[in-house]
Amino acid sequence: MSSLQFDIAHLLAGSLVLASFMMLYQDRLYALLNVYALHAGVLALSVAWQAYVQHAPHLYVTALIALVFKAIIIPVALHRIIKRLGIHREIENVIGIGLTMMAGIGLVALSMVVMLRVTPGADALAREDLAFALSVVLLGLLIMVTRRNAVSQVVGFMSLENGLVLAATGAKGMPLVVEISVAFSVLIAFIVIGIFLFRIRERFDSVDVQALDRFRGERR
Amino acid sequence: MTIDALGAILLIPAISATLLAILPGYLLTAKLNVVAALATFLTSLLLFVIEPTSGQYLLLDDLNKVFIVLTTFVGFTTSVFSASYIHHEIEIGRLTPAFLRFYHAMYQILMFAMNLALIANNIGLMWVAVEMATLTTVLMVGIYRTHEALEAAWKYFILGSVGIALALFGTILVYMAARPVVGEGMDGMVWTVLVKHAAQFDPALLNVAFVFLLLGYGTKVGLAPLHAWLPDAHAEGPTPISAVLSGLLLNVALYALLRFKMMLAVNSAAITPGPLMVTMGLISVIFAALMLYRRRDIKRMFAYSSIEHMGIIVFAFGMGGPLANFAGLLHMTMHSLTKSAIFFAVGHIAQVKGTQKIADIGGLTATNPALGWGLMLGVVAIVGLPPLGIFMSEFLVVSSTFARAPWLTVILVLGIIIALGGLFLRIGPVMFGEPKGKTAPAEASYVPMFTHLGLVLMAGIYLPPVLVTSFQNVAKLLG
Repeated sequence: MSSLQFDIAHLLAGSLVLASFMMLYQDRLYALLNVYALHAGVLALSVAWQAYVQHAPHLYVTALIALVFKAIIIPVALHRIIKRLGIHREIENVIGIGLTMMAGIGLVALSMVVMLRVTPGADALAREDLAFALSVVLLGLLIMVTRRNAVSQVVGFMSLENGLVLAATGAKGMPLVVEISVAFSVLIAFIVIGIFLFRIRERFDSVDVQALDRFRGERR
Repeated sequence: MTIDALGAILLIPAISATLLAILPGYLLTAKLNVVAALATFLTSLLLFVIEPTSGQYLLLDDLNKVFIVLTTFVGFTTSVFSASYIHHEIEIGRLTPAFLRFYHAMYQILMFAMNLALIANNIGLMWVAVEMATLTTVLMVGIYRTHEALEAAWKYFILGSVGIALALFGTILVYMAARPVVGEGMDGMVWTVLVKHAAQFDPALLNVAFVFLLLGYGTKVGLAPLHAWLPDAHAEGPTPISAVLSGLLLNVALYALLRFKMMLAVNSAAITPGPLMVTMGLISVIFAALMLYRRRDIKRMFAYSSIEHMGIIVFAFGMGGPLANFAGLLHMTMHSLTKSAIFFAVGHIAQVKGTQKIADIGGLTATNPALGWGLMLGVVAIVGLPPLGIFMSEFLVVSSTFARAPWLTVILVLGIIIALGGLFLRIGPVMFGEPKGKTAPAEASYVPMFTHLGLVLMAGIYLPPVLVTSFQNVAKLLG
């Protein structure tokens, strides 16, 4: 593999991590959705590049799914759901943005240390890809735990899933990648439809302890 | 013949799911659901006469035979219970016929997904099947569409999704570890190929992979501290689903974990998964046992009891060795039978009394003797009193591990005793207190419940040699 090919793959995977960081500090839902669309777009580019480098035409399907489904359909659908359900457009953070960013940097460092150390045998591209992918997965988890709002948790989950697709395409010659990305798309479609059908406005944890007790069916 | 029987346990649920989604009339579809589950169960018995086999996608060996027969059997008895359960739900208007059509189709899809996960020889396919099983149960947990049910379904959904996402990352890492040895393409995901070559895999990569797999599938097993979805999902969904969740789905996730454990065992340089599993198992046992004391909802209480028992099973498999594996396997079987029997009883009790709150249910042995004593027998079994089967399996777990790790076993026994106290404390007034709530006689189907309890009782007294040999084979396989 030429160094230019490697550099471009590296650049795209790195941009995905950057986009994850951008999601960490958004405090408006619409802005978060836009950044997510960017995230999915970068993923589509990255997967398409992998398809080209690895001469694996089936990966173009995954790239196309990422572009059409994740970068366009899902953000548009969520935009409309937010409008229709009158969901609060501000995102409540559990902890401050500065602290979240610090935690994010720590997680990226952690995934670099872990993945680069355990994969000395793998080829350089797969190694870097895997390290970046784990960073995106961990940042996605961080987004999910630091947000109270159901929609932003879903966005966090979707960015986590983008990291998984990056990892799967980086593992050269992995079978079932397309099938798995389809399975994930079905899962995400279910979540989004679920939000709409069940009119989930907020996550359910509330400061109202009585309400919480009732949710658990354990009122005295 | 081989492929026929294997294909049939997938095809029967798949076809009946389609039929059940189309056909109107809940009386008919409930019966059809039972028939389909029975057919799947009978087909699964055929697996015992055919030789172990493996292909690129499907696999049959001693290990999954046991799991498949258990799954299809409990699936069948639960469908019988479900038929009388939903009859009542329709009468009181909690479910509408349209929802029932959906419910029955989902039930068969769940059976399909669990069977697929159990016979998959491909770790990617297994992952897809577990995801599918998760999705269908999420939909069924939320079927009552009350605020509580939706919250439970949502929580289950998000935590389950994170779990399967982590499991997928682990699966990708396993492929990465396998690629330099077995080459690119499908072979890198075929379990039998992986096990054959696992000794040459990069141990460091395998270790990281197993951590992700343990966290991912462990979430689905309901191990503490990843269990948060489990009590809500059990309490708020329809009771047949609680029975299937506790009795089967947790086992399926555990099965996935065991497959990867077997793979790691081949590689001597990789970590031994045992200590990790033992630790998580013990934490689950102690945590769940303590949580039993403050429960006010009867289904949540038994959900915590499921966490406790999954902890015991994971502990036994984590300790490893032929004896402990045998004990773990026996305990898993006994727990599936007993816990689903308990949920059968609880489901009818909650319908008679119109509530799941422990405080509002009282004096069951006086008002509804059959249900009351049935539940009492189930509780006696589940806490591990002789002469029932769980006593025997718990005794085996303890005696087979005591010599190797006395302190760990002491902690385990402590957990079991704490759980015994908690369950009896809560269930006492429900059984023998002054009668509370409605006392209408139940239109219950007692057959599934007493069949399970009968089997558990029989296993406690006499284990058929056929069963012992087959379990011993599996225990040897597990290493």
